Amino acid sequence: MSSYSVVAENLNKSFGRRLIFTNLNFNFSDNGIFGITGPNGSGKSTLIKIIAGVNTATHGKIIHQHDGQKIVPEKLHNYIGFVSPYLFLYDEFTAWENLSYTSDIREIKLNIERVEYLLNEFLLYNRRNDDVKTYSSGMKQRLKFIFALMHQPQLIILDEPTSNLDDSGKESVYKIIEEEGKENIVLIASNEKQDLALCNSTLAIEDYKNQTENRI
Amino acid sequence: MKAYALFRKDLHSELRTRYAVNSLAMFIIVAISVILFSIGQEKINENLTAGLFWVVIFFSAMSGLARAFVSEEERGTALTLQLIAAPSTVFSGKLIFNIVLVFAMNTIISLLYAALFESFVIKNFPLFFTTFVLGNIGLAVSSTIIAAIIAKAGSKGTLYPVLSFPILLPLILTSVSLTLSSIDGTSFAESIFEIAIVACYDVIMISAAYMLFDFIWKD
Amino acid sequence: MIWKIGLFLLLSFVSIAGITFPIVENPVSWYQFPLIPGLEENAKIIFFHVPTAWLTVIAFLMSTIFSIKYLRKRNLDDDAKSYAAAQLGIIFCILATVTGAVWAKFAWGSFWSWDPRQTSIFALLLIYGAWFALRSAIEQEDKRAALSAVYSIIAFITVPFFIFVMPRIMAGLHPGSADDTNSGPVIDFKMNGNMQLIFFLSLIGFTILYFWMWKIGYRSLLLKEKINKQYIRG
Repeated sequence: MSSYSVVAENLNKSFGRRLIFTNLNFNFSDNGIFGITGPNGSGKSTLIKIIAGVNTATHGKIIHQHDGQKIVPEKLHNYIGFVSPYLFLYDEFTAWENLSYTSDIREIKLNIERVEYLLNEFLLYNRRNDDVKTYSSGMKQRLKFIFALMHQPQLIILDEPTSNLDDSGKESVYKIIEEEGKENIVLIASNEKQDLALCNSTLAIEDYKNQTENRI
Repeated sequence: MKAYALFRKDLHSELRTRYAVNSLAMFIIVAISVILFSIGQEKINENLTAGLFWVVIFFSAMSGLARAFVSEEERGTALTLQLIAAPSTVFSGKLIFNIVLVFAMNTIISLLYAALFESFVIKNFPLFFTTFVLGNIGLAVSSTIIAAIIAKAGSKGTLYPVLSFPILLPLILTSVSLTLSSIDGTSFAESIFEIAIVACYDVIMISAAYMLFDFIWKD
Repeated sequence: MIWKIGLFLLLSFVSIAGITFPIVENPVSWYQFPLIPGLEENAKIIFFHVPTAWLTVIAFLMSTIFSIKYLRKRNLDDDAKSYAAAQLGIIFCILATVTGAVWAKFAWGSFWSWDPRQTSIFALLLIYGAWFALRSAIEQEDKRAALSAVYSIIAFITVPFFIFVMPRIMAGLHPGSADDTNSGPVIDFKMNGNMQLIFFLSLIGFTILYFWMWKIGYRSLLLKEKINKQYIRG
């Protein structure tokens, strides 16, 4: 079992002079499934992007640690798997090409066994050599899960994981989330009751919005 | 090596979609034929030839080099790249792609110039070659970092030459004077100061670009 | 308040002295300026043209410094300071270009001749123009601040090329250029004591004026944002 931890220290984010959240602290470690909730436009996506290191906080910091070692920002992307509605894969490539280029750019050898297992799990194996532009939105969503999980990340961040999915898709997603939650940290940003039922605990962004009024 | 993998991905994507190459090739043909029409039968002097050579290069670069970043931003794949590579890898990959594109583009422009313009006769080839290599690298570096800025700015076409021109001006002015020297047949030793300027420009721009790319790339 | 009156008196004195003090071949009285061969009466532009060019550069430098500060601290006040400096910079840049061109018409015979200094100020004008174009293209405040800060830093590092390099590549006509034989290094050798005094007083006066304008500029920017915010919230 890996020992991975994400700690937020006094996180604050503002867009221009509009405060999104402030004084946000949390500590996720080792394994488990955690939820992040908040109404539309409350900054869920912003928060998880900051956790994933693709966005920067205005103040405060996020610390990622693996086996007691701090992870430098340049290396962080290999520890993270990320799925969201605003993530897109390359339309002009096939699913397989997308996945193989991804692991080339990560400089990780393509784990064929794992990729084939995931392709089967998400019912895409037969379509693996078709261009992504021919996929339906649900199939694209499934492909994003394979993209996020193929390098066996320690921290899996899911933004509205079940959007665009049919029942069988949701089933495979919940199965994978529970499986991954036993070994790794899974963060789910969602308002779906079904998604949040899986979580050990949830964090509501609305709780970190005070202070707004007394700031200029 | 990671950057090289990213470059291979871009090249493959470019070969499939021909986003940049088609518009670039057409632009070169259009620009050179406009110049040829306006010259007519007149024989233009070397000064003007050297200047027009870099005018075509500048505007061709402006028509093609922005694609490297703009295509990622337009399709929403910029986030995908952020999730699989460090900023420096992304910049290196895009830079390699643009350097290859600039070298291919400028080789074609040079060959067309040599074939179509009487006064474009290079007397000092080593000098021209050095200018060509150093100038291309500088052009690629500056255009790549400005492309990253305009891709994030969200206004694609019009802003690119406006932002790039002042940054590229020292490089272009020096390169024009070096190209003129190589047409005149001025010796290498006499032009060493200008060559040093272009080399300095390249080094300064590369270091600044790598330092500042982080701030552009992360929202 | 007192310093504002002082500044007014200083700039009035500089303007009157700069325009009316006569230029004679062998200055004896305290109010006479020496004759600089090749410049003659045209030399008086130095009291107004040089300060504007100087402030163009100072404003650009300040704008870049606050850009760097913004990228380090992510405080939008720094962006407002940088913006206020650039606003003044482009005004002084236009003034320097126009006064220079008018002077060039009388001294060199044409408004524009691509002298290295003219090329440099033109490039600076382009940089300022591009910078404002970039800012107006971005809606989101912090994105606008970050991207324009990066651009101003990249633009700033090209400035040494214009200052040190262009004069070597192109023939220069401007007083003070390396190859200007008759009126070159103007400030050190060709001016007498009182001319230097007026010149430096003018420089100081205009610099104080600039900082005053800059302070008003960025404070009004901050107030505008505050009002906008209240307005949005209703």
